[in-house]
Amino acid sequence: MEELTFQTLIAVFEEMFGKGLFWVMAAAAIIITFAYLYVLIRDRAVSWRKFLLAQLSMPVGAVAAVLFVQIMTDSAMRDIGGPIDVILLLAIAVAGAVGMAVLVYTVQSLIRGGKTAVDDTL
Amino acid sequence: MSLDRRHFLSLAAASSLMAAAPAGQAAARQPAVATSARIVILGAGAAGLSLASRLSRRLEGAVITIVDPRQNHYYQPGFTLVAAGLKPAEYAVSSTAHWVPRGVDWIAEAAASIDPEARVVETAGGQRIDYDILVLATGLTLDWNAIEGFSLDLVGREGIGALYAGPDYAVKTWAAMDRFTEEGGEAVFLRPATEMKCAGAPVKYAFLTDDRARRKGTRAKINVTYAANNNALFSVPIVHEKVRMLFSEREIGTLNNHVLKAIDPGRRTLTFDTPEGRSELPYSFTNVIPPMRAPGVIRQSGLSWADRWIDEGWAEVDPHTLRHRRYAEVFAVGDVAGVPKGKTAASVKWQVPVVEDHIVAALSDTEATKRYDGYTSCPLITRVGRALLVEFDYNDNLVPSFPGVVAPLEELWVSWLIKEVALKATYNAMLRGRA
Repeated sequence: MEELTFQTLIAVFEEMFGKGLFWVMAAAAIIITFAYLYVLIRDRAVSWRKFLLAQLSMPVGAVAAVLFVQIMTDSAMRDIGGPIDVILLLAIAVAGAVGMAVLVYTVQSLIRGGKTAVDDTL
Repeated sequence: MSLDRRHFLSLAAASSLMAAAPAGQAAARQPAVATSARIVILGAGAAGLSLASRLSRRLEGAVITIVDPRQNHYYQPGFTLVAAGLKPAEYAVSSTAHWVPRGVDWIAEAAASIDPEARVVETAGGQRIDYDILVLATGLTLDWNAIEGFSLDLVGREGIGALYAGPDYAVKTWAAMDRFTEEGGEAVFLRPATEMKCAGAPVKYAFLTDDRARRKGTRAKINVTYAANNNALFSVPIVHEKVRMLFSEREIGTLNNHVLKAIDPGRRTLTFDTPEGRSELPYSFTNVIPPMRAPGVIRQSGLSWADRWIDEGWAEVDPHTLRHRRYAEVFAVGDVAGVPKGKTAASVKWQVPVVEDHIVAALSDTEATKRYDGYTSCPLITRVGRALLVEFDYNDNLVPSFPGVVAPLEELWVSWLIKEVALKATYNAMLRGRA
């Protein structure tokens, strides 16, 4: 591909989801990330109890991400054809897993508040 | 814990990078060239719109006019997906007005004549438009009348498909293919002997029909034959070999040197010209693809090659600069350009910056440096969910965009994803001059 720059990528993503939806999703990702950052700084520690639930949610996120991509693109596991396909599949799963874990951890921390988080810490 | 911190830090870094993008984009723009040149672009297809977008950014004060009567813009790479039942007709349709860049005039009339000596274009409505630079981006004409017994109102009936005819015909083609893969019979696929847009599409459609039948469990009820116009299944030899192997694996039969001349829907036969004379084949389902030629206005204006592609009339341009060989202020881009390869949207993506560079250089008395080497890309679908991402140039060399990562001759899911998800988005970004 010619001129594969960061601007091109942004333009392509904007076209893929629509300008509005893309930036809403980007904003959601940024907000969740900052909320995660906020609860970590607020609690000054990772709550392992919350982290356990977050970890347990990871396989759900992984499977959901893979299914989402497959359904949206009329494809299935049988279409995996080469090493790059396996890498891509794993990358989608990892992204889904990490995204879900961050979300679950952040939501728990925001709902339960800071004090219990500190109490839970090992 | 530290691992998690590292993770969110990198996420945050990525996010802030994203937020900074618009500023970076503005900074990356080249300075505009001041000019009062009158630039006329014939055609509001992929090539015409992309070039208009780029030129309107690069030039300050230029009068850019697009001439094209079509109110609808077609995303033609989507036609195969529509004809495979994967996308609705609307997937491939948008409005021309939506894409015409700000500051560019659009005359919604057909060009009736071009006088390259007097540098004037006359429209069907009688408007005379003088130009300093003329860009031929008219696309091509599908010569349906060349197939005896065929008419477009037959599409969708009598086992006749014609997905090149447009999104609605692609939907009808899907209806015919869907029926055929239920009922069974003989599928015959073919291509014309002229230059054609997306020469991989007929092959893709043979694969897709095979795939649909397999998924329905009716493959044993159908025979699939691909009748090539010459001895090749694909113009690039190494890709031809790969397609030959895949056809053999999928039990798709092949015939060489078969050029469709006539169709008899009543008797369900196709008549081909072959070196041994006329040959008839029975069919239950077919995808008619007619000869393709430059539009009449190009052929009648004296801008076509005189000694090559005699019956086809492609514009006589230099293969590397796309500049007319006899009229330096005339360029051709897209399907109408008389170059050996490059009738795809991917080719347009590579041709447009070259033509832009040469036009801007001509208007600013500088040296143009960009060159087009015939880059063409074909995400060759081999079944729903897999494709070969084939990219090549004038010399039949493979020129992969992701060498060592996305193997061009391997059936890959990632190549399918590129076709299914990323291409239309890239195409749209290209129309806006952003890709």
